[in-house]
Amino acid sequence: MLGALACLVLLLIGTMVAMVLYTAWPSFRSNGLAWFGAGAPNQGQLDDIFNSPANPAAYQYELRAWPMIWGTLLTTAGAVAAALTISLLSAIFIVEFAPPRIKRVIEPVVRLLAAVPSVVYGLVGVLVLVPFVGNLLVSERRKAEVQYVVQLTGDSLLVAVLILTFMITPIMVAIMVDALRAVPRSWMEGSAALGVNRWRTIWKIGVRAARPAIVAGVVLATARAIGEAIMLAMVSGSWFAPNPLDGFTFLVEPTRPLAASIVFYLEGRTVPPLGQTLAAIAAVLLISSLFLSLAGWAAKQPLKRYGIV
Amino acid sequence: MSVEAPNRALGDAGPTRPMESSATWPRADRVGLGLAWAAGMLLCVVAGAIVLYMLFRGLQYLSFELLVTRPEVANDQSRSGGFLDPIIGTLMLTVLGTIIAAPLGVAAAVWLSEYGRPSWLARLVESGIEVVAGTPSIVLAIFGLLIFSQPLFAFLSFTAEGNAVFGRSFLAAGAMISLIALPFVVGATREALNAIPSHVREASYALGKTKAATIRRVLLPAVRPGIGTGTALGMGRIAGDTAIPIALLGATLQLQAVDGPLGTLRGTGGTLTTYVYGNSPAGEGNAPEKAYAAAFVLLLVVVLLNFGVDLISRRRQVTSWTR
Repeated sequence: MLGALACLVLLLIGTMVAMVLYTAWPSFRSNGLAWFGAGAPNQGQLDDIFNSPANPAAYQYELRAWPMIWGTLLTTAGAVAAALTISLLSAIFIVEFAPPRIKRVIEPVVRLLAAVPSVVYGLVGVLVLVPFVGNLLVSERRKAEVQYVVQLTGDSLLVAVLILTFMITPIMVAIMVDALRAVPRSWMEGSAALGVNRWRTIWKIGVRAARPAIVAGVVLATARAIGEAIMLAMVSGSWFAPNPLDGFTFLVEPTRPLAASIVFYLEGRTVPPLGQTLAAIAAVLLISSLFLSLAGWAAKQPLKRYGIV
Repeated sequence: MSVEAPNRALGDAGPTRPMESSATWPRADRVGLGLAWAAGMLLCVVAGAIVLYMLFRGLQYLSFELLVTRPEVANDQSRSGGFLDPIIGTLMLTVLGTIIAAPLGVAAAVWLSEYGRPSWLARLVESGIEVVAGTPSIVLAIFGLLIFSQPLFAFLSFTAEGNAVFGRSFLAAGAMISLIALPFVVGATREALNAIPSHVREASYALGKTKAATIRRVLLPAVRPGIGTGTALGMGRIAGDTAIPIALLGATLQLQAVDGPLGTLRGTGGTLTTYVYGNSPAGEGNAPEKAYAAAFVLLLVVVLLNFGVDLISRRRQVTSWTR
């Protein structure tokens, strides 16, 4: 009886994967592998899909989703790299160096950062950081130079990565702190007894022993970053594929990742081809997060030996 | 060089521990130490900045009137009303989601911890819950739209002309959003169950209780704080989620009941999150003052739920099993 209830979860995941993929199939079938490729701007394509004729035989499906995928890759990679650095250092700080008084503050702080709703992050981003970047970081001259290609309004990759970093840092910190705390004490004491200082002890013994946790943290944080939709829809700007060759401008160029794109076209989903295209975007996100979750679950398994997680 | 045994790492730093001075360390190690401090402080500063900024804006724009007037569609911000309906919407959605998630989550956790046979199925369910936790809420929202527009679920929302099922209602959104809270309930309940030593179960069996009675009379009362912690965390997540209400609730300004029984629950509405999104420059309303005020209320709710977790988990430490 209880087992049957628990198995509902499996049934649900099965239904979800099957249903999303089934709905998405026309979009993938019609585009083939070119779905993932580069091509025309996504906005025009999605608008064409939205304006498809009512006749099912004439539905538009053409989509080259690379700009959106590129946006997801950029924001995710940037945020995960930044968050990994910050969270590893702060996990070391919390476990090893924080005076008790600061420790009492910083642990609720990490939980708070995890608890702040993404729409609040987005609101602060769009009303504070975006105008700051748009008005102060980008010169008028640079805006004028590129205005025929892209509008630099401050809705940018930089703001998106910055906020996303602080949204995923708490996930990593929580896992890493648990793992660092669970490193067998005798290992650390053995190192200390050899005259190794506290920094080297935690760096060479603690962090190495906690490597599975670091992997698990990165994987789970990546899953979160890929799926973040609302905050990115608010701050990352319009359709564009930022080009790393643009130097500093690359950072302030707008982008629109996969998840954020779904939010923008949600109202149009009653048009069948657009609904199917949105399901196709969702399917890409679903499959990626499925693999990441399973990878995170697998990465956590060695930790269970120490009784963490 | 000091060879003081550093007895940290387990969180039980003694009261009078002589500190090893970092002044004698190689430069690379001192840089590392400095970076660790900087990272820790950075987190505090960012969290503090967000909270203080929202507090400042919230107190600046929030008024009692906003809390008790219904929102209206108006270009003129002095006539667009407050956010009473979104507050009620958030409450209803959170309660609905919790009502679904808590029993399911507790059942799944009890099964995983106390039965868990066959073990391959238990592992499968366990990883399944991880998958649910990792699925982006926008994907859950799309899935919800697909499944709740099926004629089978017509009773959850209203049916438009031509038998098209709308698929957007409090019931539909509540059912889907409960999945966000589920992993938190399961996780916290399992953790609490695993913390109960096996001799407690054995004592109950020795008194002739069956396994089911042991679970109901001994284990569940003991893990109530754990269930509370998980549920409160899950409620915070539900209240803070935006993608599912936007997709599955219709994100309307006012609550719009449909005719028939459970009209409001089968109708559409909005929550604080959709209200904030709608009034941000990214949405249609573009009234930052109201967005700030609503976001402040939202943040308050979420922080209070988190603070509640603190209270519960502090009380939990009082319960200890002795031999």
